[in-house]
Amino acid sequence: MSDHNSALQHTTADIHILVQSEPFDLSDEMLQLQNSVDQQDQEVGAISSFTGQVRSAEEDQSAMDKSGQLLALSIEHYPGMTEKSLLETCQLANKRWPFKACRVLHRVGYLTVGQPIVLVLVAASHREQAMKACEFIIDHLKTAAPFWKKAIFENTAEWVETKSSDQLAIKRWQE
Amino acid sequence: MVKAAIGAAVSIKMIKLLFFARIKERLGKSEMTIDFVANQSLQTLTQGLIEKHGDEWQILLEPDTVFSCNQRVVDRDLIVADGDEVAYFPPVTGG
Repeated sequence: MSDHNSALQHTTADIHILVQSEPFDLSDEMLQLQNSVDQQDQEVGAISSFTGQVRSAEEDQSAMDKSGQLLALSIEHYPGMTEKSLLETCQLANKRWPFKACRVLHRVGYLTVGQPIVLVLVAASHREQAMKACEFIIDHLKTAAPFWKKAIFENTAEWVETKSSDQLAIKRWQE
Repeated sequence: MVKAAIGAAVSIKMIKLLFFARIKERLGKSEMTIDFVANQSLQTLTQGLIEKHGDEWQILLEPDTVFSCNQRVVDRDLIVADGDEVAYFPPVTGG
């Protein structure tokens, strides 16, 4: 994680990026975030968190009728570029809403319905920075980080297409 | 003279290519290396791949295919350098 270290020289925030197949525990991750804040002797008044998980029902009913129930997502990524991209996303967020620490964890591999996929934690002095940065990071990573989801149905499997709503979500931050 | 010849053999110029998601599945491979050619754009390099490997490889030049060079998203007119890592992938769907 040399990129991670070089990033720390440019920002006072402590940014941790994790890409893993293992499940994560929200309270464990929150504790890790708190520890990194304590080590810096930083004052934090707000921590925001976002967890994304595998949905059971697809919005497109006709696709579901044809393919059967969604069983799982299979997620692949581009090792190296993924971590760089996530770090850049956090740095962009930190420029606009300076925070003290952040932790972004994204899972890869075979994830069944209901399992958590992604976690974003942001610790800041005030709630506005924490909430805005958290929201920006999840919106931005959806259109920038090189992950690809394949939906595994009972009868078939297909690559998930990009959603126009995700493109719109990131556009609103450009105003 | 012999020494010079060995030196030349060691420094063969290569480009590493990576393929992800449905592109990887279509081509049936995740990576390969090709010889480096000076002053070649990504577009030209990719057209060369299609000519060599056949129509299946047209997926590389589909409008929504994303090109990256050394792990940064780039335009197709980028001139490739020796030792570059080029990747082709569909629009991302993480989160």
